[in-house]
Amino acid sequence: MKLQPQKQVRGRFSLPKLKLPSFKPFRIKLPIFGLPKLVKKFGSGLFSTTLSKSTSRLKLVMLGFSCLYLLLGGRLIQLGLSPDEPTPYRKAVTDTLGIARPSVLDRNGELMAADVKLYSVYVEPKRLIDLDDAVELINGVFPDIDYKELRRKFAKRAGFVWIKREISPAQMAQVNSLGLPGLGFLPEYKRMYPNGSIASHVMGFTDKDNKGIAGIEKFIDTSGLNDLNGLGFGAVRSTDLKPVELSIDMRVTHAMRDELQKGMTRYKAKAAAGVILNVNTGEIVAHVSLPDYDPNTPVDALDNNHIDRMSVGRYEMGSTFKALTTAMALDSGKVSMNSTFDARNALTYGRFRIRDSHNLGRSLTVPEIFMHSSNIGTARMALSIGVEAHKAFLKKLGQLDTMRTELPEAAPPIVPKNWGELNTMTISFGHGLAVTPLQASVAVASLVNGGIFLSPTVLKRSEAEASKLGKRVIKPETSENLRYVLRLNAERGTATRANIPGYFVGAKTGTAEKVVGGRYSKNKVLTTFMAVAPADKPKYLFTIILDEPQGIPETHNFVTSGWNAAPVAGNIIERVGPMLDMTPRFDPPVQPFPYVARLNLKVPQ
Amino acid sequence: MSSRAERTAIGEWLWTIDQWLLGGVGLLMIFGIVLLLAGSPAVAESHHLNTFYFVNRQAQFLALSITVLLFASALSPRMVRRVSLIVFIVAFAGVCATFFVGGDIKGAKRWISLAGITIQPSEFLKPAFVVVAAWAFSEGARRKDMPGTIIAILLVGTLVPLVMQPDVGQTMLLMAVWCILFFLAGLHYLWVVGLAGAGAVGALLAYKIFPHVTARVNRFFEKGSGDTFQVDTALESFIAGGWLGKGPGEGTIKRILPDAHTDVIFAVTGEEFGIVTCLIVLSLFAFIVLRGLYLAQRNEDPFCRLAASGLVTIFGLQATINMAVNLSLMPPKGMTLPFISYGGSSLVSLGLSIGFLIAVTRKRPRAEILDRIINDAPKGSLFAGSRP
Repeated sequence: MKLQPQKQVRGRFSLPKLKLPSFKPFRIKLPIFGLPKLVKKFGSGLFSTTLSKSTSRLKLVMLGFSCLYLLLGGRLIQLGLSPDEPTPYRKAVTDTLGIARPSVLDRNGELMAADVKLYSVYVEPKRLIDLDDAVELINGVFPDIDYKELRRKFAKRAGFVWIKREISPAQMAQVNSLGLPGLGFLPEYKRMYPNGSIASHVMGFTDKDNKGIAGIEKFIDTSGLNDLNGLGFGAVRSTDLKPVELSIDMRVTHAMRDELQKGMTRYKAKAAAGVILNVNTGEIVAHVSLPDYDPNTPVDALDNNHIDRMSVGRYEMGSTFKALTTAMALDSGKVSMNSTFDARNALTYGRFRIRDSHNLGRSLTVPEIFMHSSNIGTARMALSIGVEAHKAFLKKLGQLDTMRTELPEAAPPIVPKNWGELNTMTISFGHGLAVTPLQASVAVASLVNGGIFLSPTVLKRSEAEASKLGKRVIKPETSENLRYVLRLNAERGTATRANIPGYFVGAKTGTAEKVVGGRYSKNKVLTTFMAVAPADKPKYLFTIILDEPQGIPETHNFVTSGWNAAPVAGNIIERVGPMLDMTPRFDPPVQPFPYVARLNLKVPQ
Repeated sequence: MSSRAERTAIGEWLWTIDQWLLGGVGLLMIFGIVLLLAGSPAVAESHHLNTFYFVNRQAQFLALSITVLLFASALSPRMVRRVSLIVFIVAFAGVCATFFVGGDIKGAKRWISLAGITIQPSEFLKPAFVVVAAWAFSEGARRKDMPGTIIAILLVGTLVPLVMQPDVGQTMLLMAVWCILFFLAGLHYLWVVGLAGAGAVGALLAYKIFPHVTARVNRFFEKGSGDTFQVDTALESFIAGGWLGKGPGEGTIKRILPDAHTDVIFAVTGEEFGIVTCLIVLSLFAFIVLRGLYLAQRNEDPFCRLAASGLVTIFGLQATINMAVNLSLMPPKGMTLPFISYGGSSLVSLGLSIGFLIAVTRKRPRAEILDRIINDAPKGSLFAGSRP
């Protein structure tokens, strides 16, 4: 039905009728508007459309679409190349958990602290489908959780929410069978202390995220473990980490704790504490402070009564401090073992009077002063050396600064601000300067071991390592003199109740009157006791303190150290001696003090 | 199948249509069913429906859609115009009817229920509107005495009920296609600038007037300012899927997103089948669109050229917007991915749309086209110079 081109091509009624009949309504209607003329007046070029432009414009549209598709494709490729973002739980792992901690062993390789793998259940709320349904199901497994709080957290569509930490395997199976998407488990390491309270103050404890926050646990964190975790090595297993070996002997510690506990009960003391130092290495072999806590339930550690009395508690150490004064006097060369000091009358200084508990009414030699624990004699001895030299000597022995071990817990001593002659006099017999018992022990250990000062440690340390660290503080002869007087005191003086046969114990008692309401009290005392064994070739120093022991009929109501601390220490030495490398010797050693033997000492009375 | 030697109706249809275009669309339909198999079961289950409810329904509608497509593709351009006009009038009436009998879904009245089937009239309005607009523009350009352009401009008024539904997405889509048609019809560049300005004003008005548009746009531009949950999750799914995907059925995001079978099916595809598959789907859309535009450009009949351009543009723009939203390149817009997203009305309307496209891009004897052009060509028009 091809039509021949006609001459009449213009005019709207020229179309053959069979073409586009449906157009008619439009064509008839629209001229009514009369717009075309109006439009032409406006400028036909501006308003008219011409299809001749459409080819180039179609190309433009094609170009536009091509650009859009390239943009979308580029975006897809960009997403393909972008690394899988750490999912929320992975972030949480590095933030809060997965801190594997090294095991802690005692000096014999016994396990003291270890990680136990437990599972914690978490949820990624944005992956949950029905929040209320999920909360209901979860609450079914854990009836004790706060479901309102959980619902609130879920509604926030947070990336990660803990539901419960450290769940049991049975609960884990239950949660698993809920079949909820978005729920997951993460292994967490929980610190376990299989020995409970043994050496708890040394161990410290960890928080819920297995971070060390006290004791050796904190030391482990500050000495590099955190750095490893921070670098993303946090997921390592604890078996991959080198265990930490302590100087602590668990069995000895247990025995000492047991004896202290008994002593505390027997003498109705408020508290008891003890430490055993290896005098040749500075290692702390046993460390007990009662009452103590179980690091498996760390909240107990926050109880004020559970502080570490050995390195945080500060006390006036009483007569045990006379060992320091005696060593100082002898080492200065100004005083010899045969020197005598007038101890007949009370020593007055201003309005203060220094007395002896049992005055012998005569001049005393140095060993006699020590054996009878004469305050007057000791004070005169200290005065003969002078205030400055006294301070310098105590400084050298670490008594005026904080005594540090690896443990973060350490308290500085309470040192008098204006240290005059009176201070020197009282400090010489252990009043007026409050130090930690550990601090005093370290000083005495360095005096008896031949005169080498060793900083204390809770980590295993060999004698070879110790010899590099050691610093001479007194002459070996002075050390021997001191051991001699200590032995004398154990044999015939105030410390006879700790004179355990076979160990050649040398010891000093101390009874410090506690300050109650600004005055020294006669009844409230702190008894201290220091023993060195064996006194001829010293290996260990035993220090124990009893806080406010009561007089009992067996002690004839005496509260002094010789009646309570000494027998407790004796029991400890007797019990732990075989565990430590001290072979009991039932024949007295031949020539225990060769240097002293040459002095032609007057036999002390 | 059919030899070119004997001229049967089917043979003629087969050899005159653009087989590339039909092949591309066929491939897209297959992709659609496969991807819906992955994306929809989770949604079906959360609605307590049969696991393959959406797949089954989609397959049924696809059959209907293919039928519509084949019938429409066999129409002559003139018939395309007539059918479009009828569909346009019916669909417009349908859109108006939604205000009185429409079901309210997610704060918009877009659906009417007919004999148990819910229909979204605006879907059918789309291809019809494009064809009618193309018709008006081509007439306006072709014949000075025909105020086609005016009619085309007046056509915009028919979009008013659509805005009131409110269906801002569809309105904007249709407006965009209308503008492109106007542009292709040879609109003066001064007007292009003016229309762009008007478009900007329109977008701003939509932003100011419709609270849900405001909220969506605000969220897009201020990251982390509120609930960007659906967008973030979609983006995460592409990253989680990686190049090759987690594997069919392995995805988890479809369980969380309520529109996993419709608006965000592209993201679900990304998670389960990987970015490579997404690129293939993207290429398929690009192929269909560019092939369609190429065919439009090659076509000498002004109406066919404009109609083909318009139909391809609306198809391409809808797909592009959907993918761009899934890829967080645009503020969220409720737009489905043609042939992939679930939706009965949409699928049948797409069948009609592609059927029209194939119909207007059919190879026809040059004489037939020239005949019409020359026959009607007024002075100063396209082929003015070639007139004998």
